Amino acid sequence: MTLPLIIYRSLRQHALSTLITAGSIALACGLLMCVWMVKTQSQTAFTQTTTGFDAVLGARGSKLQLVLNAIFHLEASPGNLSAADFESVKRMPMIKTAIPIAVGDNLRGYRLVGTVPELFTGVEYAPGKKFALRSGGKIFSPEAKEAVAGSFAAERLGLKVGDKFRPFHGLAFDPSNEHADDFVITGILEPSNTPVDRVIWIPLRGLQTMSGHDAKLATDVSAVLLQLRAPTAGFMLDTMINKQGNKMTFAYPLGAIIAELFGKISWFDQVLTLVAYLVALVAAASVLTSIYNSMSARRRDLAILRALGARRRTIFGAVLAEAACIGVLGAAAGFVVYFGLFAGVASLVRAQTGVVLNLTAVHPVLWLCPLAMTLLCALGGIVPALKAYRTPVAETLAPVS
Amino acid sequence: MLAVHDLRKSFLTPEGGRVEIVHVTEFALAPGEQLALRGESGSGKTTFLNLIAGILAADSGRVAIDGAEMTALGESQRDRLRAEKLGYIFQTFNLLQGYTVLENVLLGMSFGPRGADRAHAREMLERVGLGHRLDHFPRQLSTGQQQRVAVARALANRPKLVLADEPTGNLDHRHGHEALALIREVCREQNAALLLVSHDEEVLAEFELRKDFAAINRVTKA
Repeated sequence: MTLPLIIYRSLRQHALSTLITAGSIALACGLLMCVWMVKTQSQTAFTQTTTGFDAVLGARGSKLQLVLNAIFHLEASPGNLSAADFESVKRMPMIKTAIPIAVGDNLRGYRLVGTVPELFTGVEYAPGKKFALRSGGKIFSPEAKEAVAGSFAAERLGLKVGDKFRPFHGLAFDPSNEHADDFVITGILEPSNTPVDRVIWIPLRGLQTMSGHDAKLATDVSAVLLQLRAPTAGFMLDTMINKQGNKMTFAYPLGAIIAELFGKISWFDQVLTLVAYLVALVAAASVLTSIYNSMSARRRDLAILRALGARRRTIFGAVLAEAACIGVLGAAAGFVVYFGLFAGVASLVRAQTGVVLNLTAVHPVLWLCPLAMTLLCALGGIVPALKAYRTPVAETLAPVS
Repeated sequence: MLAVHDLRKSFLTPEGGRVEIVHVTEFALAPGEQLALRGESGSGKTTFLNLIAGILAADSGRVAIDGAEMTALGESQRDRLRAEKLGYIFQTFNLLQGYTVLENVLLGMSFGPRGADRAHAREMLERVGLGHRLDHFPRQLSTGQQQRVAVARALANRPKLVLADEPTGNLDHRHGHEALALIREVCREQNAALLLVSHDEEVLAEFELRKDFAAINRVTKA
């Protein structure tokens, strides 16, 4: 009981500096875990987000832009495909499903995407999972001015079945660019935790023939989402369309293309990680200075303990254990910081991309980081522990008489 | 119980020379014996007690407590011997201010071979009349009560030898007298030898055995 009592009383006696120091450890630990988890999870989530498709076909241009536009609904479309091109690809025997999409309009900042009802009836966005409508809703009719809203977009825009709206031209919301067409919401999708949730889906024809759109392009599509019959088909089409052809872009495999994006922004990860490491170092240094500064006030207590028979190594161990305890307290509070930060980041990522990061995911960093912080704090306790170790008993206790 | 032989201690002066404070050629105390040493302030009596307690290293000479030679031991073993055989009552009590009364006494026992015995610590505090103040902090006690905690702490580990350095120096006459009586009584109960140093003639007068520290300390003041 001696060591825990000494540590407990010391922490209590310096409660304010203990709290502040543990707080800085918590910030450092939470930040490190959050940076790490967001990095690994977002890479995994983005590279695995395919919405059930194997490839995307679009106009000649950047594969990454094509994927971001067609799967994540983030970028502008690199261009249009003619109806003839779409039909020729659709008829290829190696293509299992071909879903055309057309983009170019929004509803108060949320994208309107034109497509065919087969997206909701024939495609599994994850193994065994198809898009489902909330009760009371129905898929739009291909020839009607109807719309199905993704769950997130519906929630943010306050849409419900039966609501009417007018789309706005362009991908960015500009109130002066309102179309004259009236659409009615016929259904709200159940959450799928994919970028589909952030989109308002309308019939392909509805978007193509929207008032104000160029009538000459009324049969064009922005991209085609493809399911292949076999993985080998992807490589064959890659050769055929990308290498031998010069009219279209075939983006495949989707995960590898998104991984390229992370490769391009890896410097940002590194900067974030470096900042987190620096925060951790500063936090460990704060343990050192906090305990070291309290040593002058504690010299007498330590000398009394020595006079009562405490060995030097007991005193050394007590100070070191105290530093480690601050580390443990900080690391424990670090989980609160981690969950708070991660929830904020995850909510932002979901709002911006529709990709869902899992707050309850387990990763070795969640125990490695607190352990490392505790060890770092114990390391920071060595200097004050040495000072405590060297406390002269007789000189500290009383004047010579 | 206590045997001191040719014990010397000197300190460095600011000028770089050395000044000898203690040179005790022979000194002994039998088990259960209670002796008072008379000495003026600055005469080196606290240094003498610190040398006996092993919290100050001697330049030369021997200190043996209950047969164990303190001066021949390494620091860690000296700490162990102190925790096992010695109780030290300081003039300024030296209570740990951030710990409760009970914890102060428990810590006095913690480093000894028997370890912290909560029941015995309570018993000791009952014995000195502080059974109702176990969870109080020293700052919440009167000076006399603090001295009683120091007595309980020094004696809780059933030491063979109790050193008391001006134990009544911070108390008024009545409380000083009570504290002294308590120390002597508890030492007697536990058959612990008591070596007390003081410059207070009234305190010294209560002891049957008295010595002048100057008579045993060969150091002559310049």
